[in-house]
Amino acid sequence: MAVAEVTDAVPTAPLRSNRRRVVRRILHNPLALTGLAVLAIAVILAVFANWLAPHEPTQTHLDRAFAPPGTAGYLLGTDDLGRDVLSRIMFGLRASLHVGVLAVAFSLVVGVPLGLIAGYFRTVDALISRLTDLVLAFPFLILAVGLAAIRGASLGNAAIAIGIAQIPGMIRIVRSETLRIKSLDFVAAAIVEGASDAWVLGRHIFPNAGSAIIVQATVGIPAAILGEAVLSFLGLGIQPPAPSLGTMLADAQQFASRAPWAAVMPGVAIMLLTLAFNIVGDSLRDALDPKASRR
Amino acid sequence: MRRYLLNRLWQSAVTLVLATIVVFAGVRALPGDPALALAGEDRDPESLRAIREQYGLDQSWLVQFWQFVSHAARGDLGQSIRTGTPVRSMIMSALPVTIELSVLAILIASVIGVGAGVIAAVRRGRPAEWAANALALLGLSVPHFWLGLMAILYLSVALGLFPASGFVPFFSNPVANLHHLILPALILGTGLSAVIMRQTRSSMLDALSADYIRTAEAKGLPPKAVVGKHALRNSLIVVVTIVGLQLGALISGAVVTERIFALPGFGKLTVDAVFQRDYPVIQAVVLVTATAYIVINLLVDLLYSVIDPRIRVRGEA
Repeated sequence: MAVAEVTDAVPTAPLRSNRRRVVRRILHNPLALTGLAVLAIAVILAVFANWLAPHEPTQTHLDRAFAPPGTAGYLLGTDDLGRDVLSRIMFGLRASLHVGVLAVAFSLVVGVPLGLIAGYFRTVDALISRLTDLVLAFPFLILAVGLAAIRGASLGNAAIAIGIAQIPGMIRIVRSETLRIKSLDFVAAAIVEGASDAWVLGRHIFPNAGSAIIVQATVGIPAAILGEAVLSFLGLGIQPPAPSLGTMLADAQQFASRAPWAAVMPGVAIMLLTLAFNIVGDSLRDALDPKASRR
Repeated sequence: MRRYLLNRLWQSAVTLVLATIVVFAGVRALPGDPALALAGEDRDPESLRAIREQYGLDQSWLVQFWQFVSHAARGDLGQSIRTGTPVRSMIMSALPVTIELSVLAILIASVIGVGAGVIAAVRRGRPAEWAANALALLGLSVPHFWLGLMAILYLSVALGLFPASGFVPFFSNPVANLHHLILPALILGTGLSAVIMRQTRSSMLDALSADYIRTAEAKGLPPKAVVGKHALRNSLIVVVTIVGLQLGALISGAVVTERIFALPGFGKLTVDAVFQRDYPVIQAVVLVTATAYIVINLLVDLLYSVIDPRIRVRGEA
């Protein structure tokens, strides 16, 4: 769920040399373009929600409760308190993207250096592996439960819990890429020439692991978005009345037979968002994979 | 093999000890004085001191940690602050529900995932592959708790095909038990099946282009035998691997699924405990989950090395 499926660390060509080829491959893939378009729309709706949303997301109008979709001024209908479902979805998308980006950024900041170190210095590899196992022993929901108990439920704590849960996957990918690149001739040559460890890691290994890291981050975001929805649904994430797609679903569960649209629409929004991210991530992985033409 | 086994056991033991320390430290990091929480309304200093003494809160951290570990090892996980029920019996009554749900979900996921993965690999470039891929992508993207809500709304409430919530123990009525669990297990299983499908497809594609398959084909084995025999072995490894890797997701998914279908399992126990700030229950639940995760992963790894002998060799390197 919140933990991204660990992508196969396909041997990828250096990032910079084939950037143009990657862009060309993406632009010639209609599915990838559709995914990018959906993402662009979602980002615009979320970022400019203040101006684009037809209503205040938290404004209640009890006289307009349970208005079905298509009611004048309420394209997607209203919920039990007469709040506009469309406006709440726009602000909910903002919260989802916020948590998604925050969680993945957290896993990048912690996971990438640890992965590089674990792959490069064999002496600390075992230690980092044990720490990874330790984090894995706490499923993300249990982590989130613990964090919510200690620090309270909030958007930030949800992002931290999801981010922590994604660190092991990130370490694993970066570590295996580091091991692979370290064994290549040009790295051995640099070491023989007397390059320092920091130079080799920063100048040779990190840039060449870039594409694998980007792919892992791309699949991490939709996983984090689903994770946020789950946590908010359970009441462990974003707190009402702040709009989140997860809390909208939790509310809607109470009156789902009366106003099914309030339960259907936020779920469709989450699905489209994560689907678009997953499609873009898949296309990116194929485009970065030198073997992809074979498949 | 023996060296691998010992090495793997040692790793699990270290992880388990670390996990216990994390749980212990986490509970100490909780806001507020636990004695105050235990005392409830009674804020009289005399009874607070009695509580501190009773729970060993006046001892040093090291002593407290030792008591925590030795009690837990004997199966004594304390009592619920809210109800006074021993946490152990709460867990014992919740666990079977979650285990049954998870096992059913894994079964469903394996059948759908392996089937769709094999079809996608064998029917490459045909509509069948396209459909299987699209379904897997959808399965990865759809929020499963929402799928559960939709299933309740349209299959249970509108059509009356399944009970919308509740649970019947297997041994009191197996048919009603399955009737209650089949929908939640399907919802939980579909997410897992998407991951299994993708992995099966890619390992099948690798296998189908391998030399030994060409040999099998060249010596005249019928295609069904080639795919069936080698696919089966490969997909068995895939399923075992995925179950290991996705165990955390499965546990998290079970918590949410139980919440939606109002199943009295481990997930419900967990979420309720957080909302009621029932710290002994939270502590026990986290510890049990971590232990289960470590033990199951150990079993998965050992099973893995039985199925695929190459792992043992790599594990020793």
